[in-house]
Amino acid sequence: MDRFRMIFQYFQSNSESVMNGICGLLALASVKMYTCFDFSCPCLPQYNMAYGLGIMFVPPVILFLCGLILNRQSLVMLDEWRRPQGHRKKDLAVIRYMCSSIAQRAMVAPVVWIVVTLLDGKCLICAFSGSMDPEKFVGFANVTPAQVEQLLAKVPCKDDELMRNNTSRKAVSRYLRCWSQALGWSILLILIVAAFLARWLRPCFNQATLLQARHWSNYIDIEQKIFEETCCEHSRLFAHKCILHFFESMRQEIKLHNFNLPREGERDEGEEDLLRGITDQEQVNKLLKTWYYDKPPLDVS
Amino acid sequence: MDKFRMIFQFFQSNQESFMNGICGIMALASTQMYSAFDFNCPCLPHYNMAYGLGILLVPPFILFLLGFVLNNNISMLAEEWRRPQGQRGKDPAVLRYMFCSMAQRAMIAPAVWVSVTLLDGKCITCAFCTSVPVETLGNASHPLLSQGEIQQVLARIPCKEIYNGQQLIANEVAVRYLCCISQALGWCFVLLMTTLAFLVRSLRPCFSQAAFLKSRYWSHYIDIERKLFDETCAEHARSFAKVCIQQFFEGMSTDLVAARCHLPRKTSEDAGEASKKLLGITDQGTMNMALKSWHRCKPPLHLQAPALPSGNGWAGEGQPPVHPSTAQRETAAYYSLV
Repeated sequence: MDRFRMIFQYFQSNSESVMNGICGLLALASVKMYTCFDFSCPCLPQYNMAYGLGIMFVPPVILFLCGLILNRQSLVMLDEWRRPQGHRKKDLAVIRYMCSSIAQRAMVAPVVWIVVTLLDGKCLICAFSGSMDPEKFVGFANVTPAQVEQLLAKVPCKDDELMRNNTSRKAVSRYLRCWSQALGWSILLILIVAAFLARWLRPCFNQATLLQARHWSNYIDIEQKIFEETCCEHSRLFAHKCILHFFESMRQEIKLHNFNLPREGERDEGEEDLLRGITDQEQVNKLLKTWYYDKPPLDVS
Repeated sequence: MDKFRMIFQFFQSNQESFMNGICGIMALASTQMYSAFDFNCPCLPHYNMAYGLGILLVPPFILFLLGFVLNNNISMLAEEWRRPQGQRGKDPAVLRYMFCSMAQRAMIAPAVWVSVTLLDGKCITCAFCTSVPVETLGNASHPLLSQGEIQQVLARIPCKEIYNGQQLIANEVAVRYLCCISQALGWCFVLLMTTLAFLVRSLRPCFSQAAFLKSRYWSHYIDIERKLFDETCAEHARSFAKVCIQQFFEGMSTDLVAARCHLPRKTSEDAGEASKKLLGITDQGTMNMALKSWHRCKPPLHLQAPALPSGNGWAGEGQPPVHPSTAQRETAAYYSLV
């Protein structure tokens, strides 16, 4: 029992840190995914915006869903939300607390992806190069509108034959990158300020309710874990008893059919017990065959 | 038993994490396999699509089967499915649960392979380079080229060194276009898989939580019962072997003493323990004979009779039990006359 108690104290103090760890790993994975991903803008008028904005927004959705899937607490929360009321009342404040803590953790990796994408700049350059005003850039000012669309679409592709050594391309690219990085840093600043304020100002509002909600959400989590552990322990004991009953019934069947005289054994009692009355090849084969063809009923009363 | 209990608790609590670990290792192995694999597009009109789609679809199938093979529980599922009903009813919900959880884990490595392949872009570029829309991206009105020749030129798009259609359509333009389509497909595939996984995981508590808990409990139970049964049988086999060998040595020692007419030596009280362990075999000749007999003529798998060595070892097939005590007493009586 002591061992169980130690394990559960560990879980209690560390289920938050396990979830924080998973959150951090996902954030690192999102940075790694971005660096490994081979961004190649199509440089075609209709495709650029779809590609650029797609790369900026679809992976965050995927990362958010992954954050929800990998968080064990989301299952516990859903379970608590959907259970029939029965003898235990449901506290919506607890469910709301769990929901918000799960959502906050799941939002970290998508935000990291979006910020890294904006700070790098390739996505925005790809998506919005076609929307630039050609009048502002010398190289594109005196070109026909149809051609200007094509040229602007090719700005993200540095190695394209039309765009090599084109100074206007570099100007558009720098302009867009500047906007992208400004946006990235602003979003980062806003989020950090928001997190700071939320953490600082939270004790001013409903601290007691918050403490209660946190306590009971921890409780529900631990109760679930202990229930699973107890079921495992129970199924192990059940299986043990079932097998002992099986061996015992085999021993009795053998005694009934073979009329074996009980041997006055020089063997010690320990070995006798372990052999459980099954002492030759024929009996062992019969036991194994019966185990497969006719498993004992799930009843150890 | 305590030791076994600790081990089984460890397995139980960690079986899920063990299976998840194997799952993760296979996913990593699939990315590693992809990066180690030397992709070589044939750059020929009809072969490109077969090669590209083959590399996209055949390894995932292999990885899926491997996922099942590496899963220990597949034999447990098969056994539970095929066993005769007997006294214990069969629950199809438990079988379904076991199959679903195995299939979900086996699906991860193939999904990773397909995503990595699509996000990399080489396979789709190779498979669909002949379907590039030349009218929009290049000069469709290029003279002197028949349809077949155009196909041949387009098929060489993935092979930059031998590409000779720069006037028809620029290589970089075509590659970028195909790569963009491939990556879009890749991200859509990953989004679809993640959404499916999320829905499966989150809708279950809403609909069938009680049935799920039941199936999970009984599937764990079947697994533990099988392990415990194997352990009990191993214990039994160990004791069986120990007793069998003990009886063999006793039989040998009695036999040899009878053959050589040795007087039984009176051993002192102090040497009692050690000589008991020697089982009556105390010289080189006797030991050699015991070893030879063990090899040539193993005792029957029947612990009722003492191990008086008989002609063959396999006396276990339903022979009536020999009554040993009379034979031993006869031998003892013979000694005392001498």
